[in-house]
Amino acid sequence: MTTLRIDVPYMARVEGEGALNIIVEDGEIKHLELNIFEPPRFFEAFLRGRHFMEAPDITARICGICPVAYQMSSSHAIEKILGVQISPEIRALRRLLYCAEWIESHALHIYLLHAPDFLGYESAISMAADPALRPAVEMGLRMKKIGNDLLALIGGREIHPLSPTVGGFYRAPTRKELLALKPELEWGLEASIKTVAWTATLDFPDFEPDYELVSLRHPDEYPMNEGRVVSNLGLDIPMEAFEEHFIDDHVPHSNAVHVYHRDHGSYLTGPLARLNLNLDKLTPLAKQALEETGHQFPSRNPFKSIVARAVEVVLAYEEALRIIDAYVRPEPSRIEAEPRAGWGCHITEAPRGMLYHRYELDDQGLILSCRIDAPTAQNLKRMEDDLWAFVPQVLALPHDEATLRCEQLVRNYDPCISCATHFLKLNVVEK
Amino acid sequence: MKAPKRKIKPEKRTKPKLAVIKFTSCDGCQLSLLDAEDALLDVADAVEIAYFVEARDRRLPGPYDVTLVEGSISMPEHIEQIQEIREQSKFLIAIGACATAGGIQALRNWRNVDDFVRMVYAHPEYIDTLETSTPISEYVQVDFELRGCPINKHQLLDVVTSLLIGKQPRTPTYSVCMECKRRGTPCVMVSKGVPCLGPVTQAGCNAICPSVNRGCFGCYGPMEAPNTESLGQHLLDIGAAPGEVVRLFRNFSGYAEDFRLASDAFEEMMA
Ligand code: SF4
Ligand code: SF4
Repeated sequence: MTTLRIDVPYMARVEGEGALNIIVEDGEIKHLELNIFEPPRFFEAFLRGRHFMEAPDITARICGICPVAYQMSSSHAIEKILGVQISPEIRALRRLLYCAEWIESHALHIYLLHAPDFLGYESAISMAADPALRPAVEMGLRMKKIGNDLLALIGGREIHPLSPTVGGFYRAPTRKELLALKPELEWGLEASIKTVAWTATLDFPDFEPDYELVSLRHPDEYPMNEGRVVSNLGLDIPMEAFEEHFIDDHVPHSNAVHVYHRDHGSYLTGPLARLNLNLDKLTPLAKQALEETGHQFPSRNPFKSIVARAVEVVLAYEEALRIIDAYVRPEPSRIEAEPRAGWGCHITEAPRGMLYHRYELDDQGLILSCRIDAPTAQNLKRMEDDLWAFVPQVLALPHDEATLRCEQLVRNYDPCISCATHFLKLNVVEK
Repeated sequence: MKAPKRKIKPEKRTKPKLAVIKFTSCDGCQLSLLDAEDALLDVADAVEIAYFVEARDRRLPGPYDVTLVEGSISMPEHIEQIQEIREQSKFLIAIGACATAGGIQALRNWRNVDDFVRMVYAHPEYIDTLETSTPISEYVQVDFELRGCPINKHQLLDVVTSLLIGKQPRTPTYSVCMECKRRGTPCVMVSKGVPCLGPVTQAGCNAICPSVNRGCFGCYGPMEAPNTESLGQHLLDIGAAPGEVVRLFRNFSGYAEDFRLASDAFEEMMA
């Protein structure tokens, strides 16, 4: 028996800490395990005893890249408990805020984190050092900045915004403030259409495993804040039934929690799942941009998530412009909520996929318990299953290249910055 | 599919080397650097980004001229790692509430961490963690601290620029109230009766919370010599419940000494 052990000290451009362990026997994978070493962070524990108004602020600190998602899911869940009805104007402003986060998060991932894989660079910093590619990096940064500027205007700052809260916003922007961003948003819309065309020219491995795609679906619009949970295998349930179908599983010998579907095992959430399940809800330019790529959708090729992400950026710019044109400043900006005891849950579509929050409150408004399922926890098992199917295709490559391909596969999921990896060690043991 | 070759343009060796390191955190503070979209490529031209896992594969060994450290020390292996990073760093800057005060994770410092483990994980036996989440300065000497949850990207760029031109970086030591006055935001405590930690919190954020009609919750941590006792008393006088005062101090920078003593004192008062 020969034992071969290869260490890849870090996995960059994905965040958290992880290792991929593979045992190969006679050219066949016998064991495969993606381990995540995110330090335990206990959010569900220390939220107990905190006031419901603090939940959006505290849960935002789970992820610096998608704090809005945490603020949205927690606010909606708590509003259900307290019987708060937000106004149509607040609803529109929330959707606008989410567009901003989708833009900044997706642009970051497409240009700074994922494109280098496809183009053969170690980072966007090296891409920018190449005069031929610097304009693309600059374009990506500007697209991202527009999302951040919109986010900061509505939220008070880009990272961990301060204005969104239970019942609405501490302050809603004026129409004039929003209109001032229109020229840049229009530029961003154009740039995002070009981005879709560009992602379509990338070289995609032939890889289309069979699996369940899960996302929200709303009767009138592409899903962000509301909808039912649906899948390509016929699932169609209200958010309240999420925990009956989706099980939390604490993986042995790690601090990772996998979420899997009771009936079908691993599943995918995120841009590719959303797009596949909501093709008929695309905005006009996003739809056209997708059609012009010539790529067939629905598609289960995880590498094409970069195309899905780009299409969603077009959609987010289009929606942002539409909402700003119709904007009426919410008055009041926030619906006051009185404490009452109860239970409530909600899912919104974070840039990386469905984010589930469930809270139980006492009659003083203090949190008794909660559960949070982040998109990356839901996708982890899917990543592992993908690797089972994918690794045989790359095992013959030199080790460095095989590692790069595996990392690229993992990056398809845009594992969130603080729930994935800082040390991806690829350990291949050959027997 | 072709496996593309990595192209790495050799960079000039003379540039100062910058490292960005993460411990237990949400990544928001290091993201501030990527969020400085207008300046990012200039920074990349001016310094050698030698180590920044969130942004690039290539990792150069130390020593580093400037090291930005995000996150708190919360795992057994962190202790050795931060000591090694200290040895490799000429100028070490702790960035954000996690790195300067233990962050929101420091809420565990008031509780039994084993209880927390049992609340969150089905198999507590797999979980290895320190009992506390503490700032970087608890274990090594820190040359400069940038406050906030998250830090302000303009402050970050100012500090890096100061270091590049050989100046000692500076950040304000006065309170958030000064920033409200400067931007003309009416005091939320006086005008709306909203509890606010602005009078005892270090400036630097440009008083954003009061500008959106809410009270400061102290994410920049205590200013120099804050009078937390009289502020806490005032909050009670304007109708805040003692529990609310405790929670307000015991927050993102709650483990910073002045805030910690304040929340403990008001908690004792409740008992
Ligand atoms: S200080 Fe706040 S923003 Fe910075 S890493 Fe910690 S939790 Fe995130
Ligand atoms: S006002 Fe206070 S809580 Fe708000 S950002 Fe500034 S320091 Fe942080």
